[in-house]
Amino acid sequence: MSLLTLENVTLKFGGLTAVNKLSMDVKEGEVFALVGPNGAGKSTVFNLISRFYTPVEGKITFDGKDLLKLPPDEVPSLGIARTFQNIELFDQATVLDNLLVGRHRHRQTNLVEQLFHLPSVRREERAHREAVEEVIDFLDLQPYRNKRIAGLPYGVRKVVEVGRALASKPRLLLLDEPASGLSVEETQNMRWWIDDIRRQMGITVLMVEHDMGLVSKVCDRVLALADGAKLAEGTPEEVQNHPAVISAYLGTGDAA
Amino acid sequence: MRIHFKTSYDHDIRLFQDGWQAFLYTALLALMVALPWLIDDFFLGEATNVLIWATCGLGLMLLTGQTGQASLGHSAFMALGCYSCVLLMEAGLPFILAFPLGGIITGIIGGLIAIPALKLHGVYLAIATLALAILTDDLIVMLEPWTGGVGGKFAPTITVFGIEVNRWSNPAAWYYMTLIVVLVVTLFYRNLLRAPMGRAFAAVRDSEISAQAMGVNIARTKTLAFGISAGITGLGGALMGLFAEVFNNETFTFIISIQLLMMIVVGGLGFIHGAFLGAIVIAFLPQFLSIVTDSMGSTVAIPGLETAVFGVIMILFILFEPMGLYGRWLKIRTFLELFPFARKDMFRRQKTYLKTERLR
Ligand SMILES: Nc1ncnc2c1ncn2[C@@H]1O[C@H](COP(=O)(O)OP(=O)(O)O)[C@@H](O)[C@H]1O
Ligand SMILES: [Mg+2]
Repeated sequence: MSLLTLENVTLKFGGLTAVNKLSMDVKEGEVFALVGPNGAGKSTVFNLISRFYTPVEGKITFDGKDLLKLPPDEVPSLGIARTFQNIELFDQATVLDNLLVGRHRHRQTNLVEQLFHLPSVRREERAHREAVEEVIDFLDLQPYRNKRIAGLPYGVRKVVEVGRALASKPRLLLLDEPASGLSVEETQNMRWWIDDIRRQMGITVLMVEHDMGLVSKVCDRVLALADGAKLAEGTPEEVQNHPAVISAYLGTGDAA
Repeated sequence: MRIHFKTSYDHDIRLFQDGWQAFLYTALLALMVALPWLIDDFFLGEATNVLIWATCGLGLMLLTGQTGQASLGHSAFMALGCYSCVLLMEAGLPFILAFPLGGIITGIIGGLIAIPALKLHGVYLAIATLALAILTDDLIVMLEPWTGGVGGKFAPTITVFGIEVNRWSNPAAWYYMTLIVVLVVTLFYRNLLRAPMGRAFAAVRDSEISAQAMGVNIARTKTLAFGISAGITGLGGALMGLFAEVFNNETFTFIISIQLLMMIVVGGLGFIHGAFLGAIVIAFLPQFLSIVTDSMGSTVAIPGLETAVFGVIMILFILFEPMGLYGRWLKIRTFLELFPFARKDMFRRQKTYLKTERLR
């Protein structure tokens, strides 16, 4: 079953075609990777799915629903969560509060109840904290629970961002370069986590990643992108050995 | 250093982290309640003044410290809160209804004003709200039949549960009334911070883009923050006008907005404590300055001295202690708790990406 489909999607920034008639579909339960040289349009695809940009043509559907009908802040309510290539956390808040913002789509109480801190609010808060605590355990974030983001090492922030997305209990998780800038050990951990996210939590993953080692270990299918257009699609080996992919990487001198 | 062993989720949700903290704040509250017996009427009036400024400051703090929107228009909301409260009282409503109603009216109008204003960011929002403050000054003059214009308005007599609250004959009553208002506002503020709404405020402040990606409706969150902020500041404004006993457009000039913003920056942006510390500074600065100028043998008041000194203090804080007085205190406390293990770079700020790089 396709969970997410893009059909003929095109996006232009002025004269630059960042995404060019791209079609792809991500199936429920798989780990799908977007690869390609810098500037290929991978993050732009994520931003299209998040509805930060509206394509000039094409369709995006999630679980049969037309995503293009929704404003960006209603996308998460369908069960789509994401991370950002350049880490976008709430820097002045603690790790715990960051993860709790991930629960935003599950909130139930209104402003007046919250102002008076009625028992309904307390109940809701306990439930949120329980959900967040599971994520903290899963990602080994206990030592950082009450630390502010500003001041945490890069590798930890990268994990917190994954945690915030997981806290929303999504059906589809978008990871933009989850391993970039991580050490060898941290990349190892990320690999196991992505595996568990799919196997234990049953979450479908769409990721952008440069590290082909990681991609071939965790991904079922890969789509290679260059200049916004599809070059090749298939299993990691198929795509890696595809002549068009090899020349695209050699052409830009980016041997990712 | 105290270590918190957390055994249930309620530990993080409760008002106080531990018994010691609860004790400290209870002691502080007891001191506040006992204050009328401890100091004379003049200083009790000053304490009331501090609490009034703190109420106004808490309103702006919610918007600027929690949601990251700078406003130079809050004197407009102080005026709105004050005139609507007094007009409602003149229409026959008892103070106990007119006062909160004035706050609610101000909150709703503040929220409505926010809808167009919040498309603006940073300094543009500050300029637009400053224009609002200046406009309000003119409006008060123009709407003379209702506002009394330049001639001003006299505060009606306040009676709460049969007690006449008069600052000269019964200063303690005024003080307690203000204390109750500031306590209720502080409690609401705290409740918001420990609920989804408060976290949405912080999310909007720190990264609109990822707040949106987590399902936070930016426009609605900002509008709510603006409305609540305006409402609280409106309550403070009503207290300020009533406490002054006679007020006109000059009571709520845009200078007050600027002072309010300086106050929360100096006190510590984003901290409830910051509003109170800032209020102490702003309320006692005039006295302090007159003592200093007197001791230097000057007999005439130097015009603009107060604002100038305050401006210098604010610039120094922005340059050297952007976290304000409360931030400075936190650092000192951490240093003492960890002594001798504190590191110099513990509060270093991280490099952040330029906004234009963020989405790539
Ligand atoms: N907001 C934007 N405005 C203009 N150009 C953009 C914007 N975002 C991305 N681009 C351009 O679109 C192209 C694709 O960018 P991106 O999707 O970030 O690539 P990547 O595959 O490295 O993630 C690049 O040429 C980039 O410069
Ligand atoms: Mg990218």
